[in-house]
Amino acid sequence: MQYLDRMLWYDLKRLWRQEIAIAILVACGTAIFIMATSSTLSVETSQKKYYADYRFADLFAGLTRAPMSLKDRIEEIPGVLQAQCRIEHPALIDMPSMVEPVSCRLVSVDRDAETALNGICLRSGRLPEPEQDKEVIANELFAAAHGLRPGDSIDVTMDGRKDTLRIVGIGMSPEYVYAVQPGLLLSDNRRFGILWMPRKAMEGAFNMEGAFNSVAIRMESFASEKQILFELDRLLKPFGSWGAYTRSDQSSHRRLSDEMHQMRAMAYVPPTIFLAVSSFLVNLVLTRLVHQQKDQIAALRAFGFTKWELAIHYSKLMLVPVLIGCLIGAIVGIRTSWWMVDIYAIFFRFPAMAYRVAYSEGVFAVSLSLLAAVLGGANAIRTVIKLQPAEAMRPDTPQVYGKLLIDRLGLGWSLSTMTRMILRRLTGAPGTTILSVLGIAMGVAVLVLGSFMRDTIEFVLEVQFGRSQRQDVMLTFNDTLSADACHDVLHLPGVHRVEPFRSVAAKVRNGTAEHRLSLMGLEPEPYLYRVLDADHRPVSFPSNGGVTITKKLAEILRVRRGEFIDIEILDGKGITVRAVVSHVFMNYTDPACYMNRGDLHRLLKEGEQLSGAFVSVAPGAMDELYQAVKEVPKIAGVLDIRAAEKNFRELVTEHTKIMRLMNSIFGALIAIGVIYNAALIALAESGRDLATLRVIGFSHREVSFILLGELAALTLLAIPVGLPIGILFSYFATLALDTETHRFPLVIHRSTFAYAATIILIASSTSAWVVSRMLRRMELVSVLKVKVS
Amino acid sequence: MGIVANPIGFDDEKALRTPNRVLQRNTGSTRNSPKVQSDVMDSSLLDMESDAVFRVRGVTKIYPMGEVSVHALRGVDLDLYAGEFVVILGASGSGKSTLLNILGGLDVPTAGSVYFRDHDLTRADEDERTYYRRDHVGFVFQFYNLIAGLTAYENVALVADIAKAPLPPIEALRLVGLEERKDHYPSQLSGGEQQRIAIARAIGKRPDVLLCDEPTGALDVKTGVIVLDAIANVNRQLGTLTVVITHNASIAQMADRVISMKDGRISAIERNSNQIPASQLVW
Repeated sequence: MQYLDRMLWYDLKRLWRQEIAIAILVACGTAIFIMATSSTLSVETSQKKYYADYRFADLFAGLTRAPMSLKDRIEEIPGVLQAQCRIEHPALIDMPSMVEPVSCRLVSVDRDAETALNGICLRSGRLPEPEQDKEVIANELFAAAHGLRPGDSIDVTMDGRKDTLRIVGIGMSPEYVYAVQPGLLLSDNRRFGILWMPRKAMEGAFNMEGAFNSVAIRMESFASEKQILFELDRLLKPFGSWGAYTRSDQSSHRRLSDEMHQMRAMAYVPPTIFLAVSSFLVNLVLTRLVHQQKDQIAALRAFGFTKWELAIHYSKLMLVPVLIGCLIGAIVGIRTSWWMVDIYAIFFRFPAMAYRVAYSEGVFAVSLSLLAAVLGGANAIRTVIKLQPAEAMRPDTPQVYGKLLIDRLGLGWSLSTMTRMILRRLTGAPGTTILSVLGIAMGVAVLVLGSFMRDTIEFVLEVQFGRSQRQDVMLTFNDTLSADACHDVLHLPGVHRVEPFRSVAAKVRNGTAEHRLSLMGLEPEPYLYRVLDADHRPVSFPSNGGVTITKKLAEILRVRRGEFIDIEILDGKGITVRAVVSHVFMNYTDPACYMNRGDLHRLLKEGEQLSGAFVSVAPGAMDELYQAVKEVPKIAGVLDIRAAEKNFRELVTEHTKIMRLMNSIFGALIAIGVIYNAALIALAESGRDLATLRVIGFSHREVSFILLGELAALTLLAIPVGLPIGILFSYFATLALDTETHRFPLVIHRSTFAYAATIILIASSTSAWVVSRMLRRMELVSVLKVKVS
Repeated sequence: MGIVANPIGFDDEKALRTPNRVLQRNTGSTRNSPKVQSDVMDSSLLDMESDAVFRVRGVTKIYPMGEVSVHALRGVDLDLYAGEFVVILGASGSGKSTLLNILGGLDVPTAGSVYFRDHDLTRADEDERTYYRRDHVGFVFQFYNLIAGLTAYENVALVADIAKAPLPPIEALRLVGLEERKDHYPSQLSGGEQQRIAIARAIGKRPDVLLCDEPTGALDVKTGVIVLDAIANVNRQLGTLTVVITHNASIAQMADRVISMKDGRISAIERNSNQIPASQLVW
């Protein structure tokens, strides 16, 4: 085998450029896969440990008010291990550093706050004294955003009364790994916080003595989740429960799961593309090499080497770059997974982040890369095995080129001879040309895939904040207010348009499919908060006009426009109604259901009781409004839609920029890999012809035209092929990213196509330039001295 | 095969010059004694130098090969005249291919000067030499070097893309007797036919000089004779200065002048007064 090993070393050295191209593609694929799987594993490990150590509850339910005596009855439900009955309430904080009031959620804690369900992990300070009614713990990210430390005080408006509370500790809880204000897509730690307060203090502040309005439950292992939910709903219904739910509907957990779901999708799609292209390169390089070395293979077989020894020799030639690629990919992947985990740690809070390496997935990635190489090389290896020595020493049957289509059309006169050379090369080996075009097209597709999110998000923002939600602020009231009472609120300074709304917790149902949501009653012709149909026209809500639901809700409930759904109002009164679905519209956030506000009031058998209002504010009057809102006790929540948009843009734009950059690099690498290889092969195959042309007087530039013309043709063919593939990939990506909380429409602007094409053209020109330099350095005379086989 | 005065009937300046070629050669032969050593150049010959297409003086070529250097040419002086059929004879390693490459602008000498008319080839840069080859030189190689992806016609037409006043490709093919094979690809042609296509390609641009490097080296006698006949025909009809290098002494019998090379030097220049046509060559 020594001779073969020497030959291997020689071939490896000779083919280093192609080997590097293959190694880079394999490295990219492996790196993304290991990065995605390892960071998912790290986050999930951290999450699991956190949930276990701090006893994250399995089931949750919210209600209006129930006596504490109900706790025993809840714990008697078979399968329930432990119940935690709490008081939760929204409140406003007046931060001196901010004009606008900050929304927060107050959660009651008992003496055993650290060891109870949803235990608090103290980062600094201490737990509040149970008898102290002015002490709270603040969540870590909120505290960090405002530079709050134990000992600092904050002004909080609770149920209309302003009070100064002292922060005694900074902490976190598995319930709020991701703390997001209800109604928003992304967290904003400056505008939303969690405060944990002793039960006694909260009972006093919210008039909840001996009562609770939220319950969290830990189940016994192997208990029936469905059964407990059923029992729990039955038990809590009279107390205005809006339905018990599992972790999968718990806001923080759901966001984390969605994120992991999306990360997993990312682990598979791009690496598959990379491996497919690397497999194609292996095929190209090995097939050519075996063809070139046919004489040599025949001679070795004649000397007595077995066909398997030779097959292994040629396999090694491709396995070496693949293994090197895997190694580099693993190192880069693991390193970037740590970086990803650090990025996650900015949004998702765990007491400790575990840095894990997904070993089994790593082994899987390596095996997959090897498999891709083997598949790519299979054809060439089969040639080696099947080769008959005597036959192989005979020269090849010369290739006879067919007539060019353009000649058949009688347009042959329009071609220069050099163009003809390009066309003959492209049509002479159509299989290779098609694969090369597809390979480069993959690069284009990856670029489109990597950039379309920007267009999509821009579109969503435009629809959501530009055309649909035109209010500046959404105010929510502590309790429902009568039209008269809210009159004061609506005469706040700067307000020039007001649209009140009524919202109530409800369960919508069609047969066995059901969903819990906040049913909203809107004005007949809303101006500020609008629902837009497929043509972006605002939907009106006439009296007795049925309900308008989002497309996602229609999917969940399996209903279509014109069909009926059941609505159960979750306020303890047991109101159920059947309503026709009059419109189905597309939205990009949580499933929602809307109806005429008057209809909703009638359904609830109430007068004009309002839950909140959408408000538009005169330009420049925002600060004044905020100052006033802080003094109005009835307002429980303020949602500044412009600030939310800004926050969203900041977070997402940064993220999409990084993704776009990474994908641009990946797309360019794919294209360079393929084009560079095609160029090297073209140079090797037609180097003699090109040298001949140089000798008979063609200039370097003219000869380069033939070589570069071929590459340009491949690239220009690949762009129109790659763009639709990119659209398809992007479509699959929107499917993979489609979760209950958010989804993305497929919106791709022409500028994105132009961007993808430009990057590919740059990548192509760079490869061409390198090869053109090689052509310039080519020894002209020596080429002529070699006999063609 | 006899001389056909003007078989193609093209009427440009070069074709009209054809009869004069004989005159030039005759005057050349009266001035040059049959056995003039090329390194002897007295002033009486200076006026004649202006007629020379090539003037080679003191050309040496040294190839550095690692630690040793190979002296391919060791001081060559030579004049070549318009319309001549010159055969350069020598064994492998005698320096004949190096000399041909220098004349063709593919290589530059280490020392000495090479003039093509009044252009100093030794001072020309890569681009200038490319344009020199393009405008003035036709090459025929031992291994034909046809473009496999182009038909016979297209191979010839290739030079028409860059030449200033090319022959119509079909005329060039007719000169080598292969106009019926114009739509065949090189792989469908015999070695001799491929070489004739290569000749047609070389003359397609109406070069001032046709340089042939072992044109029959890869061919058997019969086909070799046909190829040589085609070269001689071109030389006669177009009046192109033709330089054939070979190690085959028989071919020298066709030449006007025979230049023998040995160890990088010209060992002899003979005027051949008794030319015989290619068809009578035997080797």
